[in-house]
Amino acid sequence: MTMTTNKAPSRLDRFRDSFVWYSFKRDRTAQLCLAVFLCLVVAAFSAPLLAPTDPYDLRQIDIMASELPPFWIDGADEQYTLGTDAQGRDLWSIILYGTRVSLLIGFGAVILQALLGVTFGLLAGYLGGRVDAFLMRLADIQLSFSTLMVAIVVGAVVKATLGGAFYSQYAVLMLVLIIGLAEWPQYARTVRASVLAERGKEYVDAARVMGLRSKRIMFRHVLPNTLSPIFVISTVQIANAIISEAALSFLGLGMPETHPSLGSLIKAGFDYIQSGSWWITLIPGAVLVVLVLSINLLGDWLRDVMNPRLYKG
Amino acid sequence: MIAFLIKRLMHAVLVMFVISVLAFAIQDNLGDPIQQMVGQSVPESEREALRERLGLNDSFLVQYGRFAKNAVQGDFGYSYFYREPALGVIARHLPATLELVFAATLIIVLLSVPIGVYSAIKPRAVLSRFFMGASIIGISIPVFLTAIVLIQIFSIGITVTLFPESTGWGAWLNGLLSTQGSMPSFGRGYDLVHVVGHWDTNMASWDGLKHLVLPAISLASIMLPLFIRLIRAEMMEVLQSEYVKYARAKGISMRRVYFVHALKNTMLPVITVGGVQIGTMVAYTILTETVFQWPGMGLMFLDAINRADIPLIVAYLMIVGVIFVVTNTIVDLVYGFVNPTVKLTGKPA
Repeated sequence: MTMTTNKAPSRLDRFRDSFVWYSFKRDRTAQLCLAVFLCLVVAAFSAPLLAPTDPYDLRQIDIMASELPPFWIDGADEQYTLGTDAQGRDLWSIILYGTRVSLLIGFGAVILQALLGVTFGLLAGYLGGRVDAFLMRLADIQLSFSTLMVAIVVGAVVKATLGGAFYSQYAVLMLVLIIGLAEWPQYARTVRASVLAERGKEYVDAARVMGLRSKRIMFRHVLPNTLSPIFVISTVQIANAIISEAALSFLGLGMPETHPSLGSLIKAGFDYIQSGSWWITLIPGAVLVVLVLSINLLGDWLRDVMNPRLYKG
Repeated sequence: MIAFLIKRLMHAVLVMFVISVLAFAIQDNLGDPIQQMVGQSVPESEREALRERLGLNDSFLVQYGRFAKNAVQGDFGYSYFYREPALGVIARHLPATLELVFAATLIIVLLSVPIGVYSAIKPRAVLSRFFMGASIIGISIPVFLTAIVLIQIFSIGITVTLFPESTGWGAWLNGLLSTQGSMPSFGRGYDLVHVVGHWDTNMASWDGLKHLVLPAISLASIMLPLFIRLIRAEMMEVLQSEYVKYARAKGISMRRVYFVHALKNTMLPVITVGGVQIGTMVAYTILTETVFQWPGMGLMFLDAINRADIPLIVAYLMIVGVIFVVTNTIVDLVYGFVNPTVKLTGKPA
């Protein structure tokens, strides 16, 4: 017997040969966006190392140093590069910590959406019949409302039921739950559509003839073939989740001011915009826009590469 | 056709039923009405008697039946804060929101159609690329941030000192980039013209219009990019179709091909999406109205949440539910009428 000379290509080799990598190498916008996004993620998650002060530590806050402008405006203090907010917290530090909170909630919510949506979508698509009709009717009803509306209403009701203090304490968890529950139908629909397309194919019949259980066919055979649309909507959904979180926080239904996300920083700063301290609200706002924009542009690129026929527009 | 109509209406009724159950569950679970009605000194036996008399000990179903009966008659109880019927409070705030939505829709329609069509006809032109780039930036800016930036630029004013003031051109550029900031940034103003009932309009006086401009632009900013992209994509698809090529081959002027032949079929999906999005805009009014202190339903709802004004919250949910269900149903029906390829009676694929 002879040994086979060419061994199977590793995952890395397969990735290097893939169309995704090929088009990434040629797309300046995608490279720039990924770089910006990674910078923001790394900066946000190493906030305790990068930030000159700890905004959660009340001892480091000097109320006398509040509303100081950023460095390029007269009257700035060298100690605070981007100025300070109304409570005297260093804006640079609080933005780093705030971005971390926003990203955590964004990713958490999307993971929850994906878990719910993929499971329900697989069940609906593979089992069909009553399960399908029930789940899709549910998704229809929920989607006929704006997801933001659902999130605001659920947030408001949960806050009113549990009380403001309790809600603030578990705000991150609450926001992940609310945004996750508000947006699962997006995943469910996409997954169901791809499952319906896959279900009739021969490899599924083959697996069934071999006597595999439905659960195994669903998760090990069908699911991997529906991954690329899931991947594409995930990027858009992360951007949406971050915006939803910011909107909820802006309405006072999200992160408390003592533990702010980008949205609650914008909200807190908005109260001082009429007095001329625009930086408290507009600098976190700019960070939010750059973050969301880089994710959206990456999503656009990914959609074009992976599945050009998925969406219109 | 009739079957389709009935099916849609059944669906609408089902959705309203689900919403009403949820709204009632909220009302039922938030706080104890007896505690809010009586003082501390009232003994437990009397509380129990009151509870029995008000029917609070009845089963969930019986209580829901009562709630639904009252709700159908437009009775959502009294607002705790305003001390008047909740529906009346909403009716007073509704016109302000509707005007805002109307103005935003106007902006969206007037801008998105020409821009979308232009960038579909000339996809490689510099201006089209600019619009496409601007639209993805537009999607990425949350509506409340647009509103804040607008307030900073047009009602507070910005002073640019980027260029050296001493040179002539520097001063000129600084002056060009700076803004005065004279637009009103909150409320509807006092120069409202009374129309009928609760409806005072902003659209009949100069001051009223000035108050309306910034909120309307902010609200429009969230949907405008979506519509530009949708119209562009649909139009590009239509332009590929055989009948457009045929019309072109017949020698019909390009303008006629674009605006008469192609645009008609472009607008079909746009109208369906558009109808649904007008409902969605109601959600965004909560944000816009908060920033501009616009005294509409959205601001009222947020205030109601902060005051735990449960009857008002429930009434708002029901009214917004009705708005959503009605717009969605009308859009579905219109689509069914306009588009002959929709299977009116058949099962969904």
